[in-house]
Amino acid sequence: MAPEKMMFIDPHIHMTSRTTDDYARMQEAGIVAIIEPSFWLGQPRTEIGSFKDYFSSLLGWERFRASQFGIKHYCTIGLNSKEANNEALAEQVMELLPLFVLKEGVVGVGEIGYDDQTAAEDKYYRLQLDLAKEVGLPVQIHTPHRDKKAGTIRSMKVAMEHGIKPHMVIVDHNNEETVKDTLDGGFWAAFTIYPNSKMGNERMVEIVKQYGTERIIVNSSADWGVSDPLSVPKTASLMLERGIPAEDVRMVCYQNALDAFGQSGQMNESDWLQPANVDQRDKFQDNSVLRGGQTPVVGEFKTRNELKENIVK
Amino acid sequence: MQVFQADVEKSRDFLYELFKRNTSDEATDWLNDKLEKVKGANSARELYWAFSAAPRFVGKTVLQLQESELSKADVLRPGFNPSKWTTDQTARTLLLLSIPHQDQNEFLHKLNQLFSTAEMGELVALYASLPLLPYPGDFKLRAAEGIRTNMGTVFEAIALDNPYPADYLDEGAWNQLVLKTVFVGKPLYRIYGLEIRSNPTLARILSDYAHERWAAGRTVTPELWRPVGPFLNAFLMEDIKRVFAHPEQIQQEAAALACSQSNFIPAKELLEAHPVLKNKIETGELNWNYIGRKSLPAN
Ligand SMILES: [Zn+2]
Repeated sequence: MAPEKMMFIDPHIHMTSRTTDDYARMQEAGIVAIIEPSFWLGQPRTEIGSFKDYFSSLLGWERFRASQFGIKHYCTIGLNSKEANNEALAEQVMELLPLFVLKEGVVGVGEIGYDDQTAAEDKYYRLQLDLAKEVGLPVQIHTPHRDKKAGTIRSMKVAMEHGIKPHMVIVDHNNEETVKDTLDGGFWAAFTIYPNSKMGNERMVEIVKQYGTERIIVNSSADWGVSDPLSVPKTASLMLERGIPAEDVRMVCYQNALDAFGQSGQMNESDWLQPANVDQRDKFQDNSVLRGGQTPVVGEFKTRNELKENIVK
Repeated sequence: MQVFQADVEKSRDFLYELFKRNTSDEATDWLNDKLEKVKGANSARELYWAFSAAPRFVGKTVLQLQESELSKADVLRPGFNPSKWTTDQTARTLLLLSIPHQDQNEFLHKLNQLFSTAEMGELVALYASLPLLPYPGDFKLRAAEGIRTNMGTVFEAIALDNPYPADYLDEGAWNQLVLKTVFVGKPLYRIYGLEIRSNPTLARILSDYAHERWAAGRTVTPELWRPVGPFLNAFLMEDIKRVFAHPEQIQQEAAALACSQSNFIPAKELLEAHPVLKNKIETGELNWNYIGRKSLPAN
């Protein structure tokens, strides 16, 4: 039962490391909008210019590239936890962030938080919480892979200390161990569906069955690693198959992400429901993601992959 | 060194009136506040934040210009044409025109920061504002960079309805601008100064491009022959004959117009052989802008 008529938002995906083929398949699978959090590129950047160009590419080239496939691209801007540990560079990034956070299509400060939970990570996490508060943007939190439960609780506690309201915080990469604390605190609980680790989509189905749909969000976090840019629609498909009502699926795979990040004032349903009315100068232009002589096609892509292929047990 | 290409004060007053008439009181209040702050010398942060945030406070409506305002724009700065500008773009340009410019380095530093961190909407505003900014000579490389962009709206902002390139780009960059406009299928008649800046090298490049397309069994826009016409020679005449032989009327019209721009005898003779078209050209019924609009109705 493919959710053909449903619309999806993937609120955490690193398209920088994906190809246009992925965009084509995502569009076909019903993804109408995505959010690309600033993150690291697999190896640390060593110069401030690399950050500047990266942020610019999220707002420029990547947004444009997505638009070529009928997908609305938003981003969150921030210094990621791993790279916060290079303090000399982190200082310079903090000076750069104010130039970016109020730009159009920036829906949050993110992804920030803890990785190793070092003192440097703590310092720059806090500074960025202050920035988010100053400009009134939601915060997108990356929770650590190691010592996850403690790290997640600490992230939320520190956010509260800085006067950020829980409804302005999206906590990513939750699992069965963290979800209760996150929801009980009034935060948004996002889940990353990975093919081989973190959350499988069968586990995700169980979580929705147990916790309902309030403030629960599904994402793919797809990047340069083993990951799947179709995780959201595939999970939706599995949920429907397992008897979760379509309206509930819509909440966790679309509406909640919109409500959470829509608090930025930078993301509205009308952006993709009536794209032509939003900014007519943004419509599909010359298509340089394609190669000489190819004609831009939107909405008629053929995918070779079956949605069923990625059901993770 | 040239400091001004347009009177900054007058440009500001003109755009401010347009802005006010096309937006709400709240938006105008917001902008007034920001303009005041940006005028201070130590106001970089205020400028950057206001420049980023403008669309959320002033919207993105296309300005409605009256004929008289269009002419006024052209008097203010020859070729200046904000007829497709939006409210956010206008607000951003007003912010740029309010930056203190007495200190050239300070001014350029702020502009460079904005350019180097700009997203698409901001780039559109920045490139389209070039014909009004002080120190125009310092933006040549920026303009050339704008031509290399892959983003359609950004390219349009620099290439179309913008007099800066014709006035300041060197020949190589100018030729790239024209060729790329053809390449991405945008209208040549909206390039300001196309005729003044056409040159033999450009004519040769465009002819090569046409041959490439023909070899692939494709057509070329009839507008392509506009900058070629003045430089017709024995070699380029072969192209024009081919265009004349095309079954579509608009192609034949373009070939006739190209011939009418030339002093080359064979071109004159060829035009004589098409008296109906020749007559239409002489009466002004047939001209390049007509070809441009007809061949690209969507634009
Ligand atoms: Zn991530």
